[in-house]
Amino acid sequence: MIWITCPFCGPRDHAEFSYGGDGSIQYPALDAPVQDWHDAVFLRANICGVQTETWQHVHGCRMWLKVVRDTMTHEIHSVTPAHPGLAAVLEAEA
Amino acid sequence: MTRFSAWNVLWQGITGQKGWTRQWRDPEPKSHYDVILVGGGLHGLATAYYLSKNHGVRSIAVLEKGWIGGGNAGRNTTIVRSNYTRPGNREFYEHSLTLWEELSHELNYNVMFSQRSHIALLHSPGAIDAAARGYNTMRLTGTPDAEIWDLDRLQQEVPHLNYASGARFPIMGAAVQKRAGTARHDAVAWGYARAADTRGVDIIQNCAVTGVERNGGRITALETSRGRITAGKVGFAVAGNTSRLWNMAGLGGLPIESHKLQAFVSEPLKPLLDQVVVFGMGGAHFYISQSDKGGMVFGGDLDWYKSYAQRGNLPIVQDVAEAAMSVMPCLGRVKLLRHWAGVVDMSMDGTHFICKTPLDNLYLNAGWNYGGFKATPAAGWWFADLIANGRPAPMIGNFDLKRFERGLQIDERGAGADPKLHG
Repeated sequence: MIWITCPFCGPRDHAEFSYGGDGSIQYPALDAPVQDWHDAVFLRANICGVQTETWQHVHGCRMWLKVVRDTMTHEIHSVTPAHPGLAAVLEAEA
Repeated sequence: MTRFSAWNVLWQGITGQKGWTRQWRDPEPKSHYDVILVGGGLHGLATAYYLSKNHGVRSIAVLEKGWIGGGNAGRNTTIVRSNYTRPGNREFYEHSLTLWEELSHELNYNVMFSQRSHIALLHSPGAIDAAARGYNTMRLTGTPDAEIWDLDRLQQEVPHLNYASGARFPIMGAAVQKRAGTARHDAVAWGYARAADTRGVDIIQNCAVTGVERNGGRITALETSRGRITAGKVGFAVAGNTSRLWNMAGLGGLPIESHKLQAFVSEPLKPLLDQVVVFGMGGAHFYISQSDKGGMVFGGDLDWYKSYAQRGNLPIVQDVAEAAMSVMPCLGRVKLLRHWAGVVDMSMDGTHFICKTPLDNLYLNAGWNYGGFKATPAAGWWFADLIANGRPAPMIGNFDLKRFERGLQIDERGAGADPKLHG
């Protein structure tokens, strides 16, 4: 069983969380070449070891989180609120 | 190697079973092979066999980091079917099914292929309509054994499902493929290994690839735990760990994520279930059959997050047990014997890759999602064809890494570019 320490709710069972995906992906600008978008949407480093990924605390505070986790041992190194870039993009769109 | 025949079985029976020889050799790796296949799973072994048989390649090695059949070959739920509707997929899996039908004879090894029917339960009029559309597509494109059963027919054939009208998702009918079924997974690995070995293929176990030596756009040699081996051509067939080898070859990202999928087997029971039954409704996913030994073999969804660990988590055990109880309440007091997890390549559209790569002499077989077991004969057949001829046959033309660049996704579920959704 994995425990994820949500920065808003404290330590919770991982069954409360849904998995997003690779948290290291930087989406390109909207007018970037198609190849850049292809790479961001379809290609993954698929790291065996420590990687940054996104989770959502769906059965808790519903916040998106950035989790640094080992994909082989499942050890969690850090949990922080999701990428500030996301907030910046949303703000820019608003 | 002694051929299996009725006469040989009888003769060995009356002479104390002393005359059998080992089924395949345990050779030391040579310093060079014309073709090296990395991965001694079902696909690697089948590819080696067809490379030798169909294409006359003489110098072939299969490198396996553990023992053959010890990875996903031994971790699946052994279901064989071809109920696909997307162009490309349906022809490919139908070809695989026709190869399965003759496989025991082909390999002189009983793979215990049992065409016991694959029954996908339907729980709403909309689901029946959607299934009818899909199964009619199959009938029109070369898969004649697709049927839709109404509730009466289903109750006659599989009497002990939960037919309660008050069930959360009452059963209303089923989509059935009658030539589908199960096979003995170990026998498939051993049968291909034995047949390939007989044709001179070196199967080298306990031999992990630790590095890939490149000269520009070609692979020159593989560094392994048993020494350096040079290669004419190299094929990767290591689903679950494809990205790790891809990384060793210095090739960047892939449209693949590694996820783990659990499977379960119960204590042996007397004959209870004659078919493969599948339940998928309201977020639940469950498939079950009974092995010839009597164990109920079943599985469900992925462990919902990326992982390379070959061990399952408990919430999915609970999830699958709940699905089992809702479909077959008679299993409630049956004890679970074992459960395990395998690491699978989940691809961006739920479909696999049998293709050329950015390197001239490297070929890729990967991205099998949930479906690698049933694909074994055709995957071996067409991967061998690709390696031998250096070009993809029309059958596998769209199973390449570039299909996303062309705007083509072979997305059977219509789930989009998210690997974990293609269960």
